Amino acid sequence: MIDSMTAKRIDKKEALELLGKGDLLDLGERADKIRQGLHPEEVVTFIVDRNINYTNVCLNKCRFCAFYRDRSAPDAYVLTKDQLFDKIVETIDQGGTQILIQGGLHPDLDIHYYVDMLRSIKKRFDIDVHGFSPPEITYIAERSDLTVRETLEVLGEAGLDSVPGGGAEILSDRVREQLSPKKIRTAEWLKVMEEAHGLGMRTTATMMFGSVETEMDIIEHLDAIRGLQDRTGGFTAFIPWSFQSLNTEIAKSAGKKSRSKGSFDQSTGVDYLKILAVSRIYLDNIRNLQASWVTQGLKMAQVALRFGANDFGSTMIEENVVRAAGVSYRVTKEDIIEAIRASGFSPAQRNTKYHIIKRF
Amino acid sequence: MLSHIENKVAGGKRLSGEEGLELLGSDDLFRLGRLADTVCRRINGRKAYYVRNRHINPTNICLNRCGFCAFSRSKGEEGAYELSLDEIAERVRSAPGGTKEIHIVGGLHPDWPFEHYLDIVRTIKRVSPGVHVKAFTAVEIDHFSRISGRSIEDTLRVLKDNGLDAMPGGGAEIFSQPTRDKLCPEKISGERWLEVHEAAHGAGIKTNATILYGHVESFEDRIDHLMRLRKLQDRTGGFQAFIPLSYHPKNTEMGGEYPSAIDDLKTIAVSRLMLDNIPHIKAYWIMLGEKISQLALLFGADDIDGTVIEEKITHSAGALTGESLTGEQMAHLIRRAGKVPVERDALYRTIE
Repeated sequence: MIDSMTAKRIDKKEALELLGKGDLLDLGERADKIRQGLHPEEVVTFIVDRNINYTNVCLNKCRFCAFYRDRSAPDAYVLTKDQLFDKIVETIDQGGTQILIQGGLHPDLDIHYYVDMLRSIKKRFDIDVHGFSPPEITYIAERSDLTVRETLEVLGEAGLDSVPGGGAEILSDRVREQLSPKKIRTAEWLKVMEEAHGLGMRTTATMMFGSVETEMDIIEHLDAIRGLQDRTGGFTAFIPWSFQSLNTEIAKSAGKKSRSKGSFDQSTGVDYLKILAVSRIYLDNIRNLQASWVTQGLKMAQVALRFGANDFGSTMIEENVVRAAGVSYRVTKEDIIEAIRASGFSPAQRNTKYHIIKRF
Repeated sequence: MLSHIENKVAGGKRLSGEEGLELLGSDDLFRLGRLADTVCRRINGRKAYYVRNRHINPTNICLNRCGFCAFSRSKGEEGAYELSLDEIAERVRSAPGGTKEIHIVGGLHPDWPFEHYLDIVRTIKRVSPGVHVKAFTAVEIDHFSRISGRSIEDTLRVLKDNGLDAMPGGGAEIFSQPTRDKLCPEKISGERWLEVHEAAHGAGIKTNATILYGHVESFEDRIDHLMRLRKLQDRTGGFQAFIPLSYHPKNTEMGGEYPSAIDDLKTIAVSRLMLDNIPHIKAYWIMLGEKISQLALLFGADDIDGTVIEEKITHSAGALTGESLTGEQMAHLIRRAGKVPVERDALYRTIE
């Protein structure tokens, strides 16, 4: 038996020590052993899905977001059903099993809109709907005079299969106050997830680091996720990614204010791998850890597979263009399969519940 | 499995080719990284280098049309270009303040006389007398020798007299001839490449060395390549840095896949471990991406190259990076990897 599997869980203080002073290769090796213990078959999974953003109108207007528009903006949109269906048909044609539906907090849309959307999808298509992050669920509930639980129940009956972990950013209200003052706070985010898990719905959890948080904020975030998972067991996966402001990872540092001591003044590849490894070590009760090729690039995602990650996330049928300064190229399912294989793992396509449906 | 190698490394003993192969075949990424980092620290301490430099490629017109190259064009072909001396001067003039090195490599132009290349070097020195000119691969030097009727030694001496400070390490690819025949049948042989560098070292010109890996070569080819470089370096001591170049397949005749990042890191580590007599191992960020380059600093590399400004060769073949970083960005990457950033010139002298 691998030591790290039988070892007792680390506490916040130890995690902070690892994140701050840990040797990267030691952290990687430890995380790699834990990953091997959890996934000894050396399979790395991915899902074929499409990210569908049904609207870009959003009341939250988070400071790190470049996507939102006012309702009156010329390029504000709400997808029509036909547009939505076309996207789903294309997804299924490409072997997709899931759509990830997320959007802004649109003031005109209430529960009836969402129920109708879900029912019309499920009537026509055999596809998993992974949709509506906690800020949306919370807003739909408020907008419709329902509790969060009632909202999830109604959406679940209409066809919602699971809830994505977006909108978590950093689960520290001090950070949220700075980044996204209008967005739901830590307790509300966790409450949506707890209610969803209580109804038997699986969800993921995310973390967006590299903005204004301290190392302690990161650990508090991991601790909040671990604590809830101890109670519910409902998280399928944890997905850390780094804050992306411009289209190069590094350009974003320009003009950025210096931060308080102990924070990252700009997140680099080494920071990503450290956080990934510490996440694998800390979250001993979450089975899957996703590498973020979209934010880190395919090469870093390959390295991530040796620093704790066992899943390559989504093929991103819609957002599958990796951009660097002046260059972009399309990442196909075949590229992802090849990237996994070249790293020494067996690639496999999974569904929303992390069940393997096809091996390559 | 690797413990006998670990013992040798701990004792500062030289590794054999068989041991190199064992390292390349190992999946123990972390152990390889630690071993290479041990050697790197022994040589370079915690220092990691970067340079404020600018690349200039005078022409992409080339008599050699190597299968792995997406940059070269034939004369008259669409996309073929030639920079005039004025355009070269302008590029030097517009380089950011503090630029210490101009890196020049280009195609083997069918019409340009040797004198034109001397003009290029002189032009750069005239515009920016303080800058180092690191120019012309062994393949170009061999070409100059043939078109001018001069010996290699004489060709190098004339270039040096006109301002050449150092030579880059390109054109090495894979020395092993059967593999080289598949890659670049028209290019000079590995033996010739080594002869040119030996002559450069003899003329007091410091040079770099490279390997192009991740295409059709075998692990044996890679180790053979490293062993030949090590042997020459034992005689001359003229190599400053070794730069493993990660193959880019886009738009090339050969095609294929990008090597994995795991292979990139292992190749850096094994290079550090085998080349015990070459002071610097460079993780060229244009090819690896700044993230893998940074990580490579923990796998034996001690240099991430430079600001570059304009890059055509790798970008012709599907580079996923930008074309430039600032000195501050490079220093930040180095610092975040736990190393001490040192700005250097083309000869690895520290810039205060």
